Amino acid sequence: MAMPKVKIGLEIHCQLTSLKTKLFCGCSSEYRGKDPNSLVCPVCLGVPGALPVLNRAAVECAVMAALALNGKISDRMFFFRKNYYYPDMPKNFQISQYDRAGGVPLAVDGHLYMEVDGKRKKIRISRVHLEEDPGRLIHLGPIDQSPYTLVDYNRAGIALLEIVTEPDLDSPKEARILLQRLRSILEHLEVFDGSLEGAMRCDANISLAGGTRVEVKNISSFKEVERALTFEVIRQKDLLEKGLAVERETRHWDEVRRITITLRTKEEEHDYRYFPEPDLVPIVITKDFIEEVKERMPELPEARIRRFMATYDLPRYDSRVLVGDKALADFFERCVNLYNKPKEISNWMMSDLLRYLYESDLELSESKITPEHLVEMIKLIDEGVISGKIAKRILPEIILTGRRPWQIVEQEGLMRITSREVLEKTADKVFTENPKAVEDALVNEKAIHFLVGQIMKETKGKADPELANQVVRERLQSIKRKGSLR
Amino acid sequence: MSKKRELTAEEIVRGIRNKEITAEECVTSIFERIHEVEDEVHAFVTLVENEALKKAREIDEKALRGKTLGKLAGVPIAVKDVICTKGIRTTCSSHMLESFIPPYDATVIEKIKREDAVIVGKTNMDEFAMGVSTETSYFGPTHNPWDLSRVPGGSSGGSGAAIAAGETLLAFGSDTGGSIRCPVSYCSTVGIKPTYGLVSRFGLIAYANSLEQIGPMAKNVYDCALFLSIIAGYDPKDSTSVRMPPRDYTSFLKNKVEGFKIGVPKEFFGEGTSEAVRKQVWKAIHKLEELGAPCEETSLPSLEYALPTYYIIAMSEASSNLARYDGLRYGYRIDRDDADWSTVYSRNRRIGFGAEVRRRIILGTYALSAGYYNKYYLKALKIRTLIRRDFEAAFQKFDALIGPTMPIPPFKIGEKIQDPLALYMCDIDTVPVNLAGLPAISIPCGFTEGLPIGMQIMAPPFREDVMLQVAYTFEKNTSYKDRKPPLK
Amino acid sequence: MHLSYLQGFIMKKRRISKKEVEHIAWLAHIELSEEEKDLFTGQFDDILGFFEKIDEVDTERVPPTYHVLDLVNVYREDEVSLSLPIEEALKNAPKRERLFLKAPRIV
Repeated sequence: MAMPKVKIGLEIHCQLTSLKTKLFCGCSSEYRGKDPNSLVCPVCLGVPGALPVLNRAAVECAVMAALALNGKISDRMFFFRKNYYYPDMPKNFQISQYDRAGGVPLAVDGHLYMEVDGKRKKIRISRVHLEEDPGRLIHLGPIDQSPYTLVDYNRAGIALLEIVTEPDLDSPKEARILLQRLRSILEHLEVFDGSLEGAMRCDANISLAGGTRVEVKNISSFKEVERALTFEVIRQKDLLEKGLAVERETRHWDEVRRITITLRTKEEEHDYRYFPEPDLVPIVITKDFIEEVKERMPELPEARIRRFMATYDLPRYDSRVLVGDKALADFFERCVNLYNKPKEISNWMMSDLLRYLYESDLELSESKITPEHLVEMIKLIDEGVISGKIAKRILPEIILTGRRPWQIVEQEGLMRITSREVLEKTADKVFTENPKAVEDALVNEKAIHFLVGQIMKETKGKADPELANQVVRERLQSIKRKGSLR
Repeated sequence: MSKKRELTAEEIVRGIRNKEITAEECVTSIFERIHEVEDEVHAFVTLVENEALKKAREIDEKALRGKTLGKLAGVPIAVKDVICTKGIRTTCSSHMLESFIPPYDATVIEKIKREDAVIVGKTNMDEFAMGVSTETSYFGPTHNPWDLSRVPGGSSGGSGAAIAAGETLLAFGSDTGGSIRCPVSYCSTVGIKPTYGLVSRFGLIAYANSLEQIGPMAKNVYDCALFLSIIAGYDPKDSTSVRMPPRDYTSFLKNKVEGFKIGVPKEFFGEGTSEAVRKQVWKAIHKLEELGAPCEETSLPSLEYALPTYYIIAMSEASSNLARYDGLRYGYRIDRDDADWSTVYSRNRRIGFGAEVRRRIILGTYALSAGYYNKYYLKALKIRTLIRRDFEAAFQKFDALIGPTMPIPPFKIGEKIQDPLALYMCDIDTVPVNLAGLPAISIPCGFTEGLPIGMQIMAPPFREDVMLQVAYTFEKNTSYKDRKPPLK
Repeated sequence: MHLSYLQGFIMKKRRISKKEVEHIAWLAHIELSEEEKDLFTGQFDDILGFFEKIDEVDTERVPPTYHVLDLVNVYREDEVSLSLPIEEALKNAPKRERLFLKAPRIV
């Protein structure tokens, strides 16, 4: 069953979460967790007579993002109306931008690079533009079975950056990687926080060789994009293998049932009747303005990776992993500022910390661990108070509860045992209980590890491994010398 | 009680300030008149008598305690029902918005409230401002006080008739293609369509947003200029509002036109212009010449295409501006909506909108649709450029342009309503100014068999001062404003 | 009472068919009865004929007017202002459920 050739293009919507207000009105943009319809005004609710006024900061953020994506910024951009009806649309048109019929979006012809299986790949970006978010619909059960629809317009009017790629992605996995890369770039620009629910959504256009292009809507995160597109690839592949045609249509990704479905609404009719928004005037973007934005631009991921390699002497791979998630990179640098051991910190973060977060399905920001915690833990190891093994044990608790490492160690008595007296006593026990192993150890180097291991086990990992090793070897030596078992 | 309603706004403001009259007297007098004639005229959709009297008493309190009074203190104002008034039903004379109560005041309403004006009610109009006769109102037509069997003009017919009938002193109108100038012409009153961008549109329920402006309507030029001074000005809530220093338009009212060169475009006297209108307007033009303003015939050839251009643009914008009326957030909703949203929306809009509104939305949708956008909408926008250029060229030579406001005198109610195109033709003299974004004023210039005829004076952008001066001079040297309609 | 420039045109084939009217009415989300479809189709034919007058003008090198004013770069600052109280926002809604607006089903 060969994997067919797949072409995927994404239409990504990112909220400009750093803005305090919506795109065209002064309602607060912090709608998560608030009562429905509590952050609306005549403008974003579409009340008759209300008029939009453009948020200046949104243009600055959008230009910065377009620059980071190597786009060609238009010197004069317009807003257009995209006319269609749907309950989440307060005006039944969306103020957006267009690139035909005289329309000029914010930027065109950009690109970004991402790494797939160790190889660098260029993904072309056909356009970047600003538009407003619609409201949210809540259904009772799956969308096609809900007897009515509840509507909350708190999200209506939030500033969105729409980023459209060419169909340069060859697999669902690449789509996920692209979204992660985009997230990293936008987060480094500080215009976007990907950990906020619903902040990044996308629609995908996917076609298989021999099929037609299908649009998949309602993909709400990068976790979902790989799932949704994998489902689609399989669905289309099945159809093609059976000799059936793939219908050119728009399908809706159902996160709960994990399938794409046809909604059978007539909204597939894509006649949006675009025309220039009469209530807004053109935006002229001067070279000076672009220079100003460039100067204020925070460090981009590529630059940060190079700096990590140079300043902290980290390998490229480690740098990429850390910088790939801005929160991780920030955490790392704060740790290094507290305790200048970049390699050690990086090792701990890239192995145990990341693994545990992944297994618990947590974002770093959702966990309770702080740079101070990690640094304290590493210092405890470096000072010989605990062993590496013990550190691995307490790390999950720190991540989940935020308890200070020293607190945990003290409370549970996890300090490393460095007392020869104690270890001698333990060795007594171990040697008595494992006569066969002792005999082995006298002739076989490898069996010594077993005895040391038993001491570690007896002391619940607290024994200083070096000292334990020493004690075992000395004892064996003494047995050899005496020529008899105690 | 003496007829306080026969005072002008200027006189009321002065009278109250000088403690010669009270606001309560004025407002009471107005409501007496309303109760007297409203059954016949039907200018209003909603009256707010209690609130008006309450406000009047508050103003009198203020006056008593020696506090500073606003520039429109005690003046009764009627508001066209297309402008949002917080807490007062705003219907656009449509079934769709029959119970809509705006949660905010339009900027112009905030302004007049700050100046202590007294809102008396919301006036009747063509549904969603689409019309020239106020016949498409869901609440029934308004009747012209000069002849109750005839139309008062539209779409601000209620406002025009209310002033003419003495039911208010000032009235708000809105003008997309002539909707202020037409009713003031048909009701023998004065009205201004300001330069696009001079008056905030925040709170104006949109019909065609690149064409329309809120404007003042009054009994005479002075009151109109006073009203304009208050409502004009930059509004940060309207992105198409122009930053200009505030002006007192009454300061431009001088009785003198010497030195003004006036152009008379022949396109305003096309074949559809009735003899009576032609005769009366030329008489007025000669009067201005007598007064010292040389008038010269001229031509703006692109005006020949103004009417279809206007309708294509207006209908296209309307199809989008009225998309929001779906019965979900506000507006008419069928009771049993156990169908999918698309079907329910379509049914709400069918029942909520009258025929003319539905016609224009559908035609506008057509003009914007794929395959037709270039042929209709884009082409119309290009002709709009030509029309603007023609006006610009004309204003190089002339200070102002003049023509009739309407091609025919007020027609009978029901005479044209079956023929949409016949009604569209009535806009022929008024639409060019909206396409070019220019200011224009309509003033009475005569009568034919008792029916009013209006004359339109147009000026370059933001030169309301010129047209006001010409209008004022004409008014001062004629006596049309003193004539009263044959009502009780 | 049409003006003379309308008298010039001859009604050839229909400019718009009933089917097209149905489709556009659907796009505009306005239901029409059968009688209305017939009536409108006839009226639209007249009105579109009236629109066709613009075909006479040569606009080859004429730029469209999107805005009559020369305004550009009108902004507001990114500062929070008061939203409507929830009851105000919902009070005109014909149907609601708790703090949500209630729309008909999607499918």
